[in-house]
Amino acid sequence: MSDNLQLNSEGKLKHFLTIEGLDKQLLIEILDLAESFVGMTDGRIKKIPLLRGKSIVNLFFENSTRTRTTFELAAKRLSADVLSMSIATSSTSKGESLLDTIRNLEAMYVDMFVVRHGISGAAHFIAQHAASHISVINAGDGQHAHPTQAMLDMFTIRQIKQDFSQLRVAIVGDILHSRVARSNIQALNTLGVAEVRVIAPKTLLPAQVETMGVTVSHSLADGLKDIDVIIMLRLQKERMTAALLPSENEYFKCFGLTEARLKIAKPDAIVMHPGPINRGVEIDSIVADGPQSVILKQVSNGIAIRMAIMAMAMQKQGSM
Amino acid sequence: MACILIKDGRIIDPANKIDRIGSVYIADGKIASVTNEPAGFKADRVIDARNQIVCPGFIDLSTRLREPGQSRKATFASETAAAAAAGITTLCLQPDTIPVIDARAVAELIKDQAEKCGYRQILPIAALTQKLEGTELSAMLALKDAGCVAVSNANQPVKNLLVLRRAMEYAASHDLLFIYRPNDYWLANNGCVHEGAVSTRYGLPSIPDAAETIALAQCLELAELTGCRVHFGQLSSRRSVIKLHQAKKYGLAVSADVAIHQLHLTEDDIIPFDSAYHVQPPFRTNTDKEALCEGLANGTIDSICSDHQPHDLDAKLGAFPETEPGISSLETLLPLMLRLVAERALTIEQGIAALTQEPAQILQLERGALTLGFTADLCIFDPDQDWQVNSDNWRSQGVNTPFWGQVFKGRVIYTLQAGKVIYS
Repeated sequence: MSDNLQLNSEGKLKHFLTIEGLDKQLLIEILDLAESFVGMTDGRIKKIPLLRGKSIVNLFFENSTRTRTTFELAAKRLSADVLSMSIATSSTSKGESLLDTIRNLEAMYVDMFVVRHGISGAAHFIAQHAASHISVINAGDGQHAHPTQAMLDMFTIRQIKQDFSQLRVAIVGDILHSRVARSNIQALNTLGVAEVRVIAPKTLLPAQVETMGVTVSHSLADGLKDIDVIIMLRLQKERMTAALLPSENEYFKCFGLTEARLKIAKPDAIVMHPGPINRGVEIDSIVADGPQSVILKQVSNGIAIRMAIMAMAMQKQGSM
Repeated sequence: MACILIKDGRIIDPANKIDRIGSVYIADGKIASVTNEPAGFKADRVIDARNQIVCPGFIDLSTRLREPGQSRKATFASETAAAAAAGITTLCLQPDTIPVIDARAVAELIKDQAEKCGYRQILPIAALTQKLEGTELSAMLALKDAGCVAVSNANQPVKNLLVLRRAMEYAASHDLLFIYRPNDYWLANNGCVHEGAVSTRYGLPSIPDAAETIALAQCLELAELTGCRVHFGQLSSRRSVIKLHQAKKYGLAVSADVAIHQLHLTEDDIIPFDSAYHVQPPFRTNTDKEALCEGLANGTIDSICSDHQPHDLDAKLGAFPETEPGISSLETLLPLMLRLVAERALTIEQGIAALTQEPAQILQLERGALTLGFTADLCIFDPDQDWQVNSDNWRSQGVNTPFWGQVFKGRVIYTLQAGKVIYS
């Protein structure tokens, strides 16, 4: 599979669906633009008129508080008109109804869709079928990609560590079901880190995960050695009923990040988490709220990075 | 009935080990002679087959024509026209129609309706279990009497190995062929692509090749236990080929086919989230593809089927995992086989045998060969003629093919069924 749906004929961002297929230069451009927005997101300057007169619809087929809110705030700070829709999906709803939703909104002269959907490939599908002037931003599709989360993670890492080239990054937990993990692995490798290491039991690792350019460890104690950045993933409760894990308790014993375990990593290692946190399941409160945690920084960086991505995807329409 | 002379073509008839330029004489719907003119033969029609290949009509072991029950996807009329244009003269129909082919009336209805379209050779495959639910045996003997050529549970799981054992024993008692697509329901876990690098990269629900090989190994054991003749349908993995090779060497009465597209595409060919590539079993790795081609060339795999599954547009319109699997593949069967010949994966004789003699033998039919007295089912094709897969050239109601827009070499010029030209 290869991917160029995201770029227009001049190589500019049109849709933002996945990190795959985007080059280092473009990722750096996103990070730099986000950097320039940072001052605005902390409240001193409220709005810039980059997307004035543009209509953005947040289409959330799956629940989310954080992602939806930061997209909304990002759109508002760019002076766009924004509408958020939570669409409950039933198991019987099919492509037709997804397509009909899109068609109806198109008829209202929307310029951009921000889409979250529970099925891998849903954002691609919408990008392929929406009218050609519409940009689609993937806010998470199934187990496939969550590229804006990956970019805000890269932004946060760069803020603290500056240079990617020497970094060893561990991603810990449910890699198998995680779109955040997939997008982060691709972003980190594109930006040229020294190593991406995934740490999980075999039941939570996808087949041939090393083909994504990672090393594999099944033990947190061994896996955290020499690590600069630890990205913890949320563990969903349904993994226990699917016979992937025996219990939360056992998971925490093997893969939970505690103060003692954190000491195995480099002393200046940072701890990240895409949220929402399961305290006492994948991470100890002392660590989540401790000095090495940058979890809340990630949340506030989410606004600047989403502003940057929305602005760049709209660039093609000559609004910048 | 009319006498037809097919003149000066390159006759390839693997069953009779014929490959030479010559003529075929047809009288009363049967093969009257190959090469030598029978005494008193007077042709009512002469077909000039110079520079063309004349071979037995193709026998397709696995198709879905969507009737009865799903005529919005395809009809007998549209799909038999596609089959005729593809040189296919015998279509075996999988039992997962609506209603399921688990009653005599359904089997008879299918044969009647197909004949109304002028296509005489639709062979229903009976459901192994009632409603394909995998729990109770179907009335196999009555279904056999109604013209069903084999039993199969299509793509539906059989509840457990005990039911499978009993179904196979019962089928064996009536000398019925059991057609089985090996796929462990639980291991397949509602997957939609091969489990490997591509499923991992795209976060798509995946099917490990073990879902196929474990089911295959179990069924091989049951074949030995029950003495049932088993034909494995649509194999997709290298390890299946290895297991099958061992079983044949050991002397089990088993055979197998592969869907034509499995010999051409792999997981790496899938355009991201393009539902045209959504098929069951899924496209696997290049190693698997090569092993399947090799297995076909060395006789481990006996035949090629189309595994034709036409769909309406809506069935393929959606995010990949939510779309329906299957490829509309009657009309690309011959050109894709010829592509394998061009790639030197097969000889032309092997390719034609896999579409004619081999499936005929599996079904124990007196077809698939230009033997004196056999029903005159023939395909005459120009191996060098180019054509593009587009709406002008396509007859199936299902346009769901990953080969859409491609240019192929090899075009059917005439198709004859029981001595009657059904396509020209």
